Amino acid sequence: MAYAPTAFLAALGRPVLEYINTAGAMTLFLLSGIYHIGTSRKIWQRSLQQVYLIGSKSLFLILLIGIFCGMVLGLQGYYTLVQFGSVGMLGSAVSLTLIRELGPVLTAIMLTGRAGSSITAEIGVMRISDQIDALDVMDINSMAYLVSPRIVASLISFPLLTAIFDTIGIIGGYLTGVLMLGINQGAYFFRIQNSVTLVDVTGGFWKSLVFALIVTTVCCFQGYFTHKRRDSVGPAAVGNATTSAVVISCILILVADYILTSFLL
Amino acid sequence: MHTASWEIAFENLSLGYGERTILRDITATLPAGKISVILGGSGCGKSTLLKNIIGLHRPQQGKIWVGGKDLFDLPRAEYRRMRRHMGVLFQDGALLGALTLAQNVALPLSEHTSLPKEVIRKAAFDTLAQVGLREFGDYYPNELSGGMRKRAGLARAIIASPSILLCDEPTSGLDPITAAKMDNLLLSMKAHFADMTTVVVSHDMQSVKKIADYVLVLRDGQAVFAGSYQSLATSNDPYLQQFLHRTVEDEEQRRHEEQDPRVHAAIQDWLAS
Repeated sequence: MAYAPTAFLAALGRPVLEYINTAGAMTLFLLSGIYHIGTSRKIWQRSLQQVYLIGSKSLFLILLIGIFCGMVLGLQGYYTLVQFGSVGMLGSAVSLTLIRELGPVLTAIMLTGRAGSSITAEIGVMRISDQIDALDVMDINSMAYLVSPRIVASLISFPLLTAIFDTIGIIGGYLTGVLMLGINQGAYFFRIQNSVTLVDVTGGFWKSLVFALIVTTVCCFQGYFTHKRRDSVGPAAVGNATTSAVVISCILILVADYILTSFLL
Repeated sequence: MHTASWEIAFENLSLGYGERTILRDITATLPAGKISVILGGSGCGKSTLLKNIIGLHRPQQGKIWVGGKDLFDLPRAEYRRMRRHMGVLFQDGALLGALTLAQNVALPLSEHTSLPKEVIRKAAFDTLAQVGLREFGDYYPNELSGGMRKRAGLARAIIASPSILLCDEPTSGLDPITAAKMDNLLLSMKAHFADMTTVVVSHDMQSVKKIADYVLVLRDGQAVFAGSYQSLATSNDPYLQQFLHRTVEDEEQRRHEEQDPRVHAAIQDWLAS
């Protein structure tokens, strides 16, 4: 009985320490990945391949989600604004919501599911089949070979896809607001031009860069250390690592979004 | 302890994970320019010992001397330079799935040299030819059989003319003919690279008999024999005899337990359904 409070504190502290440990390890992992951008041979060639895998292959998904997101915003925005007699503000509402918040966040979450999970699975399989050991044995730095190009590719792809998401979302809002519900076309675009400032655009841009670093770090980290998982081994570990990567990335994206928004506003 | 040339020497080497000890106090010298086979049953620590030589695991105690240098006492840069002299064939080849066979084999050259692409590609195809895979250079690893992947892994291990070739179970999971081809390949490598020290981890006795100049036998993480195959074959040690003749002691033989009648009945029902 005398040990109960200590045992309780230990049970509480152990996972907290583990989380702090993992957070520290992830930060060092990211820093190592960034450092090796400078030391990696053929970094641009490999990054370009990753831009294709992370960026180009996700384009259709982003277009699809973007257009429907914009259309829903147009619809919801119209029926809310019409109650206040200010449907003319629809362009403003749609564009600011997309550029400031939904564009960066939804793009990052979509890319986590589409590209991040694939990064974790690929690196995880490489780990359990000795491919990463083989790279190290050949004196090929596995961080420089696997992680650094993906960081560069994400830093290029995320902001571009976010910009595409924002643009296509605004067009989606136009489809419902102007073409379906009859808002004046000029008013829609005038409000966008009038309300969106450079600060909004750069804010979204910074967010997408931070999300790119979060997603790449978490997904590469989970794959790279698949063999150190304690809950499973082999192929099951790759599956669990992929699930963890997606869940942790999504949580961190939303947490980082809140922190960044509070600084940017 | 001092070693010469590309000898590999273990000095009181011990390694474990947590409370589990894998290798205990191993002291042995694998001679330079010869094929040494690390032999032992499953889980006795053979592959772990190999990974020690590569530097993927650090020993808890003891030293590994490679080419006269204490492997784990070297400065990082020199340690990396040392590892460049090693070619490694992993158990399943460990070829990068995203690259073709030729790209895999060319990897050490394309990453560490500034040779023109066509020179590197030719070198890769020439090395693949040495292992009988020239025509498969543009195939991806998942399009090939296990034996072909191992041969491609061997090609990648030798493309940079290593001083030490390390092979982790090169014949496991192969049919007898493919296994014999792999043995012949290792022997031809020895003929081609006269000074190369080859270390093979295996439990395939036919292979050991054919290729080994020197045999190190492990049992439960301890070295129980070190010497030539001839002296291994004439040893009176009961464990070595069991290993050589593929037998088990009477007391080690598991008795055939009677099956639980409920399990038996359930299986019969399932088979009849």
